[in-house]
Amino acid sequence: MSVQQMKWSTMESYLFPFDSLICMLLGISFTVWFTLLLVFIIVPAILGVSFGIRRLYMKSLIKLFEGSPGRQQQQQMLRTELFYTERSFTLEAWATLRMERGAKEKNQHLYKPYSNGIIAKEPMSLEQEIQEMRREGAEPEFDMSDIFYFCRRGVESIVDDEVTKRFTAEELESWNLLTRSNYNFHHISTRLTALWGAGVLIRYGFLLPLRVTLAFTGVGLLVVLSSIIGLFPSGRIKNYVSDKVHLIENKPRNGGICVANHTSPIDVIILASDGCYAMVGQVHGGLMGVIQRAMVKACPHIWFERSEVKDRHLVAKRLSDHVADESKLPILIFPEGTCINNTSVMMFKKGSFEIGCTVYPVAIKYDPRFGDAFWNSSKFGMVNYLLHMMSSWAIVCSVWYLPPMSRREDEDAVQFANRVKAAIARKGGLADLLWDGGLKRDKVKEVFKEEQQKLYSKVLVGSSEDRSRS
Amino acid sequence: MFESCGCKTMGSTNSTLLKIPNAEELMQETGFSASHIVRLYDRFTSLDKEGRGYLCPQDFGAIKELAINPIRDRIIGAFFSPGKETADFQTFVRILAHFRPVDKDRTKEPEPINSRSNKLRYKDGNISREELLKVLRDMLGMQVTEEQLESIADRTIQEADLDRDGAISFEEFRKVSLEKVNIDHKMSIRFLR
Repeated sequence: MSVQQMKWSTMESYLFPFDSLICMLLGISFTVWFTLLLVFIIVPAILGVSFGIRRLYMKSLIKLFEGSPGRQQQQQMLRTELFYTERSFTLEAWATLRMERGAKEKNQHLYKPYSNGIIAKEPMSLEQEIQEMRREGAEPEFDMSDIFYFCRRGVESIVDDEVTKRFTAEELESWNLLTRSNYNFHHISTRLTALWGAGVLIRYGFLLPLRVTLAFTGVGLLVVLSSIIGLFPSGRIKNYVSDKVHLIENKPRNGGICVANHTSPIDVIILASDGCYAMVGQVHGGLMGVIQRAMVKACPHIWFERSEVKDRHLVAKRLSDHVADESKLPILIFPEGTCINNTSVMMFKKGSFEIGCTVYPVAIKYDPRFGDAFWNSSKFGMVNYLLHMMSSWAIVCSVWYLPPMSRREDEDAVQFANRVKAAIARKGGLADLLWDGGLKRDKVKEVFKEEQQKLYSKVLVGSSEDRSRS
Repeated sequence: MFESCGCKTMGSTNSTLLKIPNAEELMQETGFSASHIVRLYDRFTSLDKEGRGYLCPQDFGAIKELAINPIRDRIIGAFFSPGKETADFQTFVRILAHFRPVDKDRTKEPEPINSRSNKLRYKDGNISREELLKVLRDMLGMQVTEEQLESIADRTIQEADLDRDGAISFEEFRKVSLEKVNIDHKMSIRFLR
């Protein structure tokens, strides 16, 4: 017994110093880590000072992804050769890809409307297209060839349509080493795969823990500080968000509504980090509820009970009351109603445009090379989405503040909404679509088919009226 | 759903083309290029949301732009031979091949016309007045009256019906359409090269 005891004690005396050593090391590294975090990230963010680390990081990433032009061509050839392993296809495929690439290079500069479809569509109206179908100089009566027009339209929409692809992530031209955007690029070379592996290590081993800690600290700070001071906008920085902000003199002022296109929940954070807004949304329970209540202490927001949301008049009244009060912050609204994948802007719901106050449009465009910010809520849940976000290379976005607009005398809410939408789409380089974002989940209403019928009948009937007159 | 370790990307060098069953035969038969077939396959898989390997009419109905097309039911119907409720990838591509972009050294004149009259064709291979009326009604809906529809139908048949049998046969249809319109060009899908 005593021998064993002695053995134990000797063992303990060996282990114990190690034990305390490990504890000490852990403690020190944790403190160091935390201090670095605080000093390099949080405090400068609050004060608005930049170290230039982000720019350097971005530049090196871009260099890594796209490389120098010479290397790009080489990559292109390698890619196509392995993509079509059959020899006979290599030449044709390579040529096709080269042509595509050449065309895109000529047309493309940053944020140009990115049409990634396979149909070459010119935006012509129904009348024009039908005229084109028929022989020149033919009378605009019914012609068998009109059926061709609808036929072709139908088949083309089977092959590729404008709407369905807006609800999935955008395709990229060159791979940014994230597996989730690896659509076209399969095994290309060992070197690239090795790079990808290193990327995974860096992203999950370093960037992710860093950002998670940041997130927790940030949210904690938010809750604590916002009960003390209104430090709400700056305490919440989850990613390496470097937003290039344009046209700052147009920033939203009190007594107005700020509308923006919606791609992900991060839009809110980005806008909020640059100015104070009053949010509009449903009352949540749990963690979100805690955050919402904390935010309300700092400045007044508009949170709705679920039952109130259905009542449009109630909503409109609360919004207009808030707006009428000059001391309250501008309201932030996303009129699309749902997340779109940042290649287009879909129909704006007219509710917020009926209130009749100044509207400050904001265009938000994410740079897809660094990470995909789009939240595909039917595919991923919130936690999954956050994980993806935090393990991307970076989230880079451009925010444009556009000059304020108000509703003119002769236009109604819908036309006003379309005007604002067009301005946002133009600035952000997005496609301007008339489709309803709600189509993500709902079916198309019959009304739209009748619209088409109406347009077509105008082509026919309108002409016969002319004839009967002459 | 974490990212996979890239087993797909790191392991074999299978390209998408090899995944597609009978890709080579399809290309021979239909004249689509390899990149077109790949694109069409991706489209097929994205339409086939449940991954069953075939499409049914509801999957087509989910395409928003197609849903507002007045003759969508006929177009969808063209993909399903009578009695069948499913369309696999081969069928999908074959039907679309009728609308294939024109190659200068290929003579494909009969095909699009064939498919086109497929959409209107009645059992005996002629387009009767009732069929024409139906199509017109689809295209114009409630916007014109019944009399106007009938007069349009009558006039069209008058112009096209050369042997005065009250219906438009395939030959007559071909003659009428060819005169007025360059079908090859008008009916081909405007693929981006």
